[in-house]
Amino acid sequence: MIVEINEENFEKEVIKKSDSIPVLVDFYANWCMPCRVLSPILEKIAKEFEGKIVLVKVNVDKASKLVEKYGIMGIPNVKLFKNGEIVDEFVGALPEEEIRDWLKNLGIE
Amino acid sequence: MELYDVIIIGGSSAGLSSAIYACRRNLKTLVITKEVGGQAAEASKIENYPGFLEIAGKELIEKFQEQALKAGAQIIFDEVNSIEEIVKAEKIEFLVKTSAGREFLARSLILAFGKTPKKLGAKNEEKFLGKGVSYCAVCDGPLFKNKIVSVVGGGNSAIDAALYLSSIAKKVYLIHRREEFKAFEKNLEELKKKENVEFLLNCIIKEVKGDEFLKSLVIENLKTGEEMELECDGLFIEIGSELKTDFVKHLVKTDENGQIVVNLRCQTFYPNSEEVRPGIFAAGDVTNIPYKQIVVSAGTGAMAALEAYNYLHEIKTKFSADWEHK
Repeated sequence: MIVEINEENFEKEVIKKSDSIPVLVDFYANWCMPCRVLSPILEKIAKEFEGKIVLVKVNVDKASKLVEKYGIMGIPNVKLFKNGEIVDEFVGALPEEEIRDWLKNLGIE
Repeated sequence: MELYDVIIIGGSSAGLSSAIYACRRNLKTLVITKEVGGQAAEASKIENYPGFLEIAGKELIEKFQEQALKAGAQIIFDEVNSIEEIVKAEKIEFLVKTSAGREFLARSLILAFGKTPKKLGAKNEEKFLGKGVSYCAVCDGPLFKNKIVSVVGGGNSAIDAALYLSSIAKKVYLIHRREEFKAFEKNLEELKKKENVEFLLNCIIKEVKGDEFLKSLVIENLKTGEEMELECDGLFIEIGSELKTDFVKHLVKTDENGQIVVNLRCQTFYPNSEEVRPGIFAAGDVTNIPYKQIVVSAGTGAMAALEAYNYLHEIKTKFSADWEHK
């Protein structure tokens, strides 16, 4: 089950959690069609990489402070957190293969 | 490189309908589109698509996408900028290259990319695309809650966009280079009543400015020649759409308006020729099929996919392909 993150638990489920395991954050909205293409791909990859990464989702419509804080102007927006910091990110629904390459470059395979 | 049975270029009613039909025929299908929805997604209310008494364009296209994904289509968001035909041992393949540098091979193509939103031509417009500059208010509007946005244009799509954004944004500027509008009077009157909407008429946008994101616009008043800088977070360009078929003109015949010429089976022709072009099919608003309607696009999309299936399986039907000339 993918954890839905809000403004209240972001600190705990993303920032703190990323000290022990890389956290992949999928910023999405229900009205965003590319997000619906991307989400199942991320879920598939996250399932495969269980124990290596954790995938969480942030609905931008319910988290305007996070949107503001991270300057999100386009979604889907995916960020990888390690030790409380963003190590890399991408915007847009990338094909599955490219997401795997992206993770590989970040040492996750 | 990945080889697909069919690559569909375009992700609105024609392209997604093609994808549904192609997948249901077990064709390995890829949809390449800049965005899902195209012009159909911008319609605030659709009352002529059978099966739905009333539905928002975006909602209808969302269903198309959901159905295409469920059928097994792969969708990627990218822009095709070149197609090459590769003939080897009597087999035709198409090499499709995108602006993001991706390459795919296909045994057949369906061209269903409709019309493309017109660019403004302001300095830095492309640099801030997705970083404040948008061509689709209903797609990106919700991200501008309580922000300052500008809409440029004087037609129905601009007025619609401004009306929609006025319910989301803190402030909406409507920038138009003339004083007169080409829009429904009723909608224009409604917009004029909105307290957070300001009209900047006889004005053009010369430059888009910002750092990482859009911050302001340089505007020139055409009457006075005065320039000013307008602070804003979002710019929605709604100045109409155009056919952009130049990148396929070496492959298929187009008419005097740039539309791709097809026959009754959505087959295309060689450039300047009456000969049917094998392997390339076209559907929807990009073609010379009359009546630019969602239901027509969806219908022709289905036809193009079935025709692609027949082509890939060398199924001959009894109709002659050159029906157009007696």
